[in-house]
Amino acid sequence: MKLNRMIYKGRKGRNAVFLTLSTLAAAFGIVWLALILYSLFYNGINGISLKVFTEMTPPPGEDGGLANAIFGSVAMSFLGVAAGTPIGLLAGTYLAEYGRYSWVSGVVRFINDILLSAPSILIGLFIYVIIVATTHRFSGWAGAAALTVLVIPVVVRTTENMLLLVPNGLREAAAALGAPRSAIIKAVTWRAARAGILTGVLLAVARISGETAPLLLTVLSNQFWSTDMGGPIASLPVMIYNFAMSPYEDWHKLAWAGALLITAAVLALSITARILESSKRS
Amino acid sequence: MDTAVRDKVKVEIEDLSFYYGDNKALKNVTVPLHDRKVTAFIGPSGCGKSTLLRVLNRIYELYPGQRAEGRVLIDGEDILHTRQDLNLLRARVGMVFQKPTPFPMTIWDNIAFGIRLYEKLPRSVLDGRVEDALQRAALWGEVKDKLKESGLSLSGGQQQRLCIARTVATQPEIILLDEPCSALDPISTAKIEELIDELVKDYTIVIVTHNMQQASRTSDYTAFMYLGEMIEFDVTEKIFTAPSNKRTESYITGRFG
Repeated sequence: MKLNRMIYKGRKGRNAVFLTLSTLAAAFGIVWLALILYSLFYNGINGISLKVFTEMTPPPGEDGGLANAIFGSVAMSFLGVAAGTPIGLLAGTYLAEYGRYSWVSGVVRFINDILLSAPSILIGLFIYVIIVATTHRFSGWAGAAALTVLVIPVVVRTTENMLLLVPNGLREAAAALGAPRSAIIKAVTWRAARAGILTGVLLAVARISGETAPLLLTVLSNQFWSTDMGGPIASLPVMIYNFAMSPYEDWHKLAWAGALLITAAVLALSITARILESSKRS
Repeated sequence: MDTAVRDKVKVEIEDLSFYYGDNKALKNVTVPLHDRKVTAFIGPSGCGKSTLLRVLNRIYELYPGQRAEGRVLIDGEDILHTRQDLNLLRARVGMVFQKPTPFPMTIWDNIAFGIRLYEKLPRSVLDGRVEDALQRAALWGEVKDKLKESGLSLSGGQQQRLCIARTVATQPEIILLDEPCSALDPISTAKIEELIDELVKDYTIVIVTHNMQQASRTSDYTAFMYLGEMIEFDVTEKIFTAPSNKRTESYITGRFG
């Protein structure tokens, strides 16, 4: 019994050390996040006013808002998600349902993983080469195309994972009624994975809403109100980049406000995604 | 086997072998299934009885590396033929699984799903078919006021009867039951056994079970399998009172398995 107690004591000691290290590491991460959020709110909240949503980005020294940048961001993100979601959904469905056991899936999955972790500036360069350089103009369309390329791998990955979580018993049960594969997917497996797939789409929106590099290379920016997707238009991340680099105090204020807006939007989306996911479980 | 000859044969399984990759799970099995009778398959775990069931609607085709050899004749037609359309086969040969598998949709939709795959019916007719199926599965009384609720909201026993209703709704000829009661409590089990007695008037039923009382209570014929082989097939009474094979006798009396 004495020996056992010694072993137990040692284990308890090691547990305490391990617990302390883990807690410190977790705290380290959270502190930075808290500091970022704090400075964001501290600096950004002053810049937020109704004008931010109604007025255009101003020249230095004048009053203005972010309306053109907000519109550009929303429009390009919407187009990127609208184009990327069906492609990602269908590709993810192929991986999980049709091609689950084929080598083609292995290859597609591997390429998708590379795309998922590719630096977004590379995607921007790619779109620059195939669209901007060939059409000889920066445009909102090119920006939306870059965002689409960013959305696809996220949606492919989550769709596949969520479909793989659907038990095979459900597929067998539907197949046993004489349902062809397409009916099984449409009526049963997509439905069973719906909340998870939707979460993936929301995460994709969160992912692209702060992207700057691909937009710098494809849309540039625009100081004025423009809804013409065929030319340069403003966007929040690029505006933040430009204004934050400037020497003007009122531009800095607007940049902080824009950063706060993006963060709040992403936070809202993440919370929505969480709620959807938990409602799926219950 | 004298009494066995009297009933019409619906399915003839002849020299059937089955492989999971290189592993031979069924070894040259030959057995008849009689029309509008209950045939029970018993045997210890891993003896191949569920595998045999999964050949009858070729559900194994969902997975790679699984294949069957031999002949399975339904009304004289070999369903293992490559030209056999799998969806049409499964519409004829329904299956209920060990774990209840309600689809994530309403109770009504759970039943209508299978019907609508092959028939285009006006809503009123469809309503009637849904009610009829639920009646036949002895579930109507319990769910008639909540047809719009999720199938997942039912209890385990109700879910299993929902699955039976779903299978009956498509009007198959043969119903395969793969240990349908092993996840259920005794009361639900009794209800399902009563249901089998009712359904056998119209359907050829094949049941795989670990429960020997269940086999003797519900079935007309019983097949005993061991290590992928068909050891003995006969009328249920004979199997349970005077089996001709020693291994059957020791399994039934609980000496192994």
